Amino acid sequence: MPIPEPAIRLSGVSKAFAGSQALDAVDFDCEAGSIHAILGENGAGKSTLIKILAGVLRPDTGEVRLGGRPVRFGSSAEAAAAGIVCVFQELSLIPDLTVAENISVADPPRRFGLIDGGAQRHRAKAVLARIGCDGLDPEMPVRDLSLSRRQMVEVAKALARDPKGLILDEATSALGAQDVETVYRLLADLRARGGSCLFISHRMHEVDRLCDRLSVFRNGRHVETFARGTRSAPEIVRMMIGRDIAAHFPPKPAPAPRAPHLKIDDLRWPPRLTGVDLALGRGEILGLGGLDGQGQKELPLALFGVLRGGSGRVTLGGRTGLPGSPAAARRPPARIALVPEDRKTEGPMLPMSIADNLLAASYDRVSREGIVSPAREAAAVREAIAHLRIKAARPSDAVATLSGGNQQKVVIARWLMTDPDVILLNDPTRGIDMGTKQEIYALMRVLADRGKAILFYSTDYAELIGCADRVAVMSDGRIAAELSGTALTEEALLGAALNIGPSRAPAEALA
Amino acid sequence: MSPDLRRLGARASRKAAPLGALALFLLLYLVYNMLHPRGFSGAVLIQNANESVALVFLAIAQTLPVPLGGLDLSVGAEMTLANCLASELVTGPPLQVALGMAATLLAGTAFGALNGLVVVYGRLQPIIATLATGAIAIGLALILRPRPGGRVDADLSWALTNDLAELVATWNLADPEAAWLRPVAWIPVPILIVLVVALGVWLPFRRSLTGRTVYAIGSAEPAAVLSGLPVARARIAAFTLAGFFAACGGLCLAIQTSSGNADIAQAGTYTLNSIAAVVLGGTSLMGGVGGALGSIVGALLVRTLSFYFRILSVDPLLQPLIEGAVLLAAVSLGALRTLRVRNRLELFR
Repeated sequence: MPIPEPAIRLSGVSKAFAGSQALDAVDFDCEAGSIHAILGENGAGKSTLIKILAGVLRPDTGEVRLGGRPVRFGSSAEAAAAGIVCVFQELSLIPDLTVAENISVADPPRRFGLIDGGAQRHRAKAVLARIGCDGLDPEMPVRDLSLSRRQMVEVAKALARDPKGLILDEATSALGAQDVETVYRLLADLRARGGSCLFISHRMHEVDRLCDRLSVFRNGRHVETFARGTRSAPEIVRMMIGRDIAAHFPPKPAPAPRAPHLKIDDLRWPPRLTGVDLALGRGEILGLGGLDGQGQKELPLALFGVLRGGSGRVTLGGRTGLPGSPAAARRPPARIALVPEDRKTEGPMLPMSIADNLLAASYDRVSREGIVSPAREAAAVREAIAHLRIKAARPSDAVATLSGGNQQKVVIARWLMTDPDVILLNDPTRGIDMGTKQEIYALMRVLADRGKAILFYSTDYAELIGCADRVAVMSDGRIAAELSGTALTEEALLGAALNIGPSRAPAEALA
Repeated sequence: MSPDLRRLGARASRKAAPLGALALFLLLYLVYNMLHPRGFSGAVLIQNANESVALVFLAIAQTLPVPLGGLDLSVGAEMTLANCLASELVTGPPLQVALGMAATLLAGTAFGALNGLVVVYGRLQPIIATLATGAIAIGLALILRPRPGGRVDADLSWALTNDLAELVATWNLADPEAAWLRPVAWIPVPILIVLVVALGVWLPFRRSLTGRTVYAIGSAEPAAVLSGLPVARARIAAFTLAGFFAACGGLCLAIQTSSGNADIAQAGTYTLNSIAAVVLGGTSLMGGVGGALGSIVGALLVRTLSFYFRILSVDPLLQPLIEGAVLLAAVSLGALRTLRVRNRLELFR
């Protein structure tokens, strides 16, 4: 008798994006009637894996089999028809449609070919009751719901499709304890009925409680799969980190007490920032770590005057108060620079020339009485290109013609031209080549030595350890731990981010 | 407050823009009738209905591409093409008149489908694709009718541009003095045409999966794709239906004027007014929200403004200035939401 095939099987699946290998010849099995955890650091390939299963991406090579049958999904609708449904981390709800419309969005109940609003409402009510959300009005537009309610609607939407294989991508991260229990119960139900679940979570205690088997991914490779309880938490963390070739980082100066130039007390911007306390001195590189989406992206935006309606006390060089707009943040007395996260939309103006991009924040420095002086402009651009060693044919070329690393250099150079006191870097090395990364590391240290205060968010733990004098780990919108000196290790960082292992109260502020 | 009442309140607040536009229109139209020497008469109502019907259809047409997050700059040209086509075809024996009307609507629909195919498979932005196809439509209209003229069946013209009693009498459909007819005899036929088409075409579309997808695309396209919605089909359908409604407008225009006129300036004005009507009716140019009912009200508002110019004898040279100022004030009300945005970067998304 042949051994029954697993419910989901991937063999030799690879997927590459613009040069980086997101999945590398992955073999992976998930049994029917089990809950299977997928673990890995940011960028380990988890998201790519589930997108392939859910029909959003197609693998470059390799095969996906469901219950022994090879499948090739062209769209998420095809995957759903085959019983694979995904609760996405980046919500797949449509804000302007109502809860009921969203729950049966792609397959609404119909009468005479038209959507039957009544039946749709009934279906929504039934599903919402199953997940303990009876209080939710099916006629509310999703736009008006809180993040946690949206997440539950997303769960309801998946449930309404009656899945055989359910994928939860960080689906519990925005939920309260009671909703999390509901989700656990649903997953146990699914398992009892012979369904399978892939569960992606960074919360180790959840995984420990819920999952039968665990698989660890690292750098797009499947490292190991094992049954629950056969590995200790530190062992799992080591598996997730692995032993990669270390980058070369500039030497750090000896730790010295520094007077805080930027001091943040109880900064709030609900729900993303829930009381941040932080101090940063001149000449210091403060790393910002933690899992994705814990408020690290919002903190620099709040300091740069982009977010409105925040509260808290921020002291900058002896003055209290946040700048009211990015334009105010850049000018004295604040003198803040922000290198934004999204290089496509927030950083360089891609179709414009390198020269215009470099000068975008400092036209006032090369002009007299509001008229740009061509000679001073050319000199400033020449100097910036030489200083950051930007590889460009002509300053008049569009920034879009440059490589990712050089685009990032242009953005950094733009802000250095304003001669800032505080530099906020939002994941500046993501997706750029190793050589440029090293240059950026060296540049950061040079700038710090010249007395700048640098706040540096990175999703790469090795980088935080190599570059930062201190690292603040964020969790749920506040600082969960501060690590420095010999305590600054990958194990400690990941442990603090996952809330396992020895975490410590935030170190006393420097002064 | 009871939950039901609160729910009702929340629902009303989501419809605030169209309801506000409706209230404004009713107020303005009431005052207009009070100022008019022959106000509150059937004749004034019929005249106003006739003057509004083409713009109302164009506003409905424009309501389809806008929730997608695009604009259709060809609706006025499609209307003009349909107008010229109707002036050739809608004449002769009754069967030919009927077939001519069907052919006119079909031509507009086909032209709209062409827009949709160009946008989806040519991967062009709607605004530039329809700018080009609009010029093509005007070109075709000019070939058809280099000079204003043509002919439309006179009975049809009379029956469809007066009140219901005249429609019944023209074709001997029933006893004009019948008791059932009396209460509704005064209703202008153009209003009925709009109601029948809006109820018969718009509402079913809004309740179809394709219609829902149109809104989903404008609201959050990646989410629509992730949810497995028929994105390409919805885009094509939106432009196709826009062509159909624009042709309805052109046909009504031909029936009113009993002729065709490839008037380039008129086509442009109608297109721009259709966008104004859609915005006044509460449809967001960012996509995702809005509906035909709001756009109808928006079109009526735009038209009411010009009624005022007539009875108040406003200098024609001043009219564009006043029209622009009123329009600007009206749409500014809709921009109040941006005061609540907490992340400034969202203003640009």
